[in-house]
This record gives sequence, structure tokens and C-alpha cells, in this order.
Amino acid sequence: MAETINQKQNFLKGIVKENPVFVMLLGMCPTLGVTSSAFNGLGMGVATLFVLLMSNIVVSLFKSHIPSKVRIPAFIIIIASFVTIVEMVLEAFIPFLYEQLGIFIPLIVVNCLILGRAEAFASKNNLMSSILDGLGMGIGFVIALTALGVTREILGSGSIFDFKFVSEDANTFILFILPPGAFIALAYLSVLFNKISTKTT
Amino acid sequence: MGKKESTFINMVVSLLLITLVSGLSLGFINDLTIEPIAKAKLDRKINAIKLVLPEFNNNPVEDLVVVKSEFAKDSVEIYPAFKNEEFVGAAVIGSSEKGFSGLVKIMVGFTPDGTIQNIVVLEQKETPGLGTKMKDEKFLKQFRGINPSKFNLKVTKDGGEVDALTGATITSRAFGESVKMAYDEFLKNLDSNNTSKH
Repeated sequence: MAETINQKQNFLKGIVKENPVFVMLLGMCPTLGVTSSAFNGLGMGVATLFVLLMSNIVVSLFKSHIPSKVRIPAFIIIIASFVTIVEMVLEAFIPFLYEQLGIFIPLIVVNCLILGRAEAFASKNNLMSSILDGLGMGIGFVIALTALGVTREILGSGSIFDFKFVSEDANTFILFILPPGAFIALAYLSVLFNKISTKTT
Repeated sequence: MGKKESTFINMVVSLLLITLVSGLSLGFINDLTIEPIAKAKLDRKINAIKLVLPEFNNNPVEDLVVVKSEFAKDSVEIYPAFKNEEFVGAAVIGSSEKGFSGLVKIMVGFTPDGTIQNIVVLEQKETPGLGTKMKDEKFLKQFRGINPSKFNLKVTKDGGEVDALTGATITSRAFGESVKMAYDEFLKNLDSNNTSKH
């Protein structure tokens, strides 16, 4: 019984208590870089979720075969392989998203969230916990990126998931789709997120 | 199951194995995706040609003319279109290396007198949400129906007539430059296009 509760917490911690973006502030490069629209945020989040989950699985499976002195390069190779797979699959089957995300797909390799989870969690825990951890953290990342993307798209271009609700030439806060807007939106969302999550726990 | 010790042999062997496996799996995935990627690219090209040109009934991909250009590193591709053996226009691929993140590649459709019919963006790596807006109707429509011989393709900031994208002047500049290049190539090869089918 205690085991299942533990696993549930393992999964949920990535979404709320240790949300990678709003609480741990990990993986800021894609977070700030691609979230100029809700769809981009969601696509980036899902791509990262996949890489995170797969690298957690592989690292957890082979953790005892990787000498600790070379673990970082080993993890990076594993992560980079999955990122390259994601990149090729996206280019072949979802070229639209591939074009939108552009340079940020290869940059998933250096997302510290993924290496961080491989190093801090998957290399020390068993397969099941690592899968749940990867899923939880990944979903937390997807939620955060989508929320940020939605906020910035609403304020910056007056639309949501490309559905425009203001007229074509209306003035919107273009600041929010520019890089500084990413920081501002992230800061306020973090405040909001932490305020709500401390209240509920 | 203890952790493997960090002896020299262990490190070399484990890294070798990991790189080997990842290399092999990448090669395998590459084999799987190489065809869909090529097909997606070709589809995009054909769709782009259909979008930028007036109605035609030949196969422009087969009639492709590749010319060496003094403006671009690669050679330039020109797709002439014919309707019932009559020249109705050509799609020219223009490119510029001066985008915000490198190469910008567009396809410009010209009618025989050099007027721009339509433009489609083929490849770009610009900032999502800013430079990528060059694909939007709002930006593209200012180019339709103009003739670059009477229209300055520089952005207004540089004394031209192109309204730049908000927050993406560099992208707009690269776009204008690509259109200019396509136009120059179109003019240079107009004669050969006209006669190639007669």
C-alpha cells in the first residue's frame, strides 16, 4: 500500500510540487524560446515529454552498466539519439510543426530538465519509478509550456491555438510574443502557480 | 547489482557500446524516414508551385531549369509553367543567407511580364512567432500583383516600399532580398523559358 502511494506521489510531484518550469525553473531555453504561441508550446512540450520518458527508461535500465566517471557523456549520447529520432520523425510526418519549432528541436539535447532527471532520478531508481517520474515531469512541462504559450498568444496576438478573437489589424501587446514578454509572463505565471499550489497543500 | 567501476577498460567499452547502439538505431530510423521526408519535401514543392502560378497543365518539376547564379551559392531552380504549350509564367526559388537565423528560401511565381503572382515560403529558421510571420497573409499580400521593376523591394527603414514585420526587420530584409534575387533570375532566363517549348 505504501508503495502505491509512493508511486502516485512520484508521478504527481512533477506536475505540482516540483513542477519543472514553475517551481524548479529548469529547461528555461525552450520555455522562453518557443512559447510564443499555444500550439508551439504544446508541440515542444510533447516532444520533450517523449525524449524525457525514453531517456529515463534507458538510463534506468542501464544504470548499473555505466561507470560513474563517464555517466554524463553516456547520458548525453542517449538523450541526443532520442532527440535526433524525434527530429527525423517530425520532419517526415509533421513537417508543419517541424518548421515552426525549427532550431529548438535539436536544442532539446541540452535541456537541463532531461539531463537533470537522468542524473538525479533515473540513475538511482528502478524502471517503474523512473517511468512515472519521466511522465510526471514531462506532463508538468507540457502543462507549463502550454499555459505560457496560451498566455503569450492571447496577450501578444489576440488569438488562442491560432483561433483569432480580435480583428486582423487590432493592436495587441506585441511585447508578449517578443523575448522580454516571455520573462514577464513566466514570472507572473510562476507567482500565480506557487500561490495556488501552496494554498492547496 | 553493483555499479560498474570506473576503470579505463570499463569506460571505453561502455561508451563504445552506447555510441554503437545509438548509431545503429539512428541509422535504422533514418532509413525509415528518409523516404517520407523526401516525399514531404517534394509534395511541398509541387503544392507551392500550384499556389504561386496561374493555371497550367504541364509538369513544371520535369521542365525544371537549373541555372548557375551569381547571386546565390547554390544554383537557382526555375520551374516554367505552360498551358496548352503557351508560356504562362515561372516559379523561381529565391533565397537569402541574411535571415535572422540563416537561410530563407522562398518560391516566387511570376507571370510572363514579370508581375508577381504569389509567393510561398519554402524553408526558414526564423524566430517562432516573429520572423515566421512572413508566411502570414498580412505580410505576403503586399507583394502580390506588383512588378519588381517599379517596386523597391527594400524595407521602408532602408528607403524601400516593403512594410517590415513587427520585431523582425532582418527577416523582412532577407525576404525582400530573396524576391529580388528571384526576379533577377527570372529576367535573365526569360528568353530561354519562352522558347523552350516551341
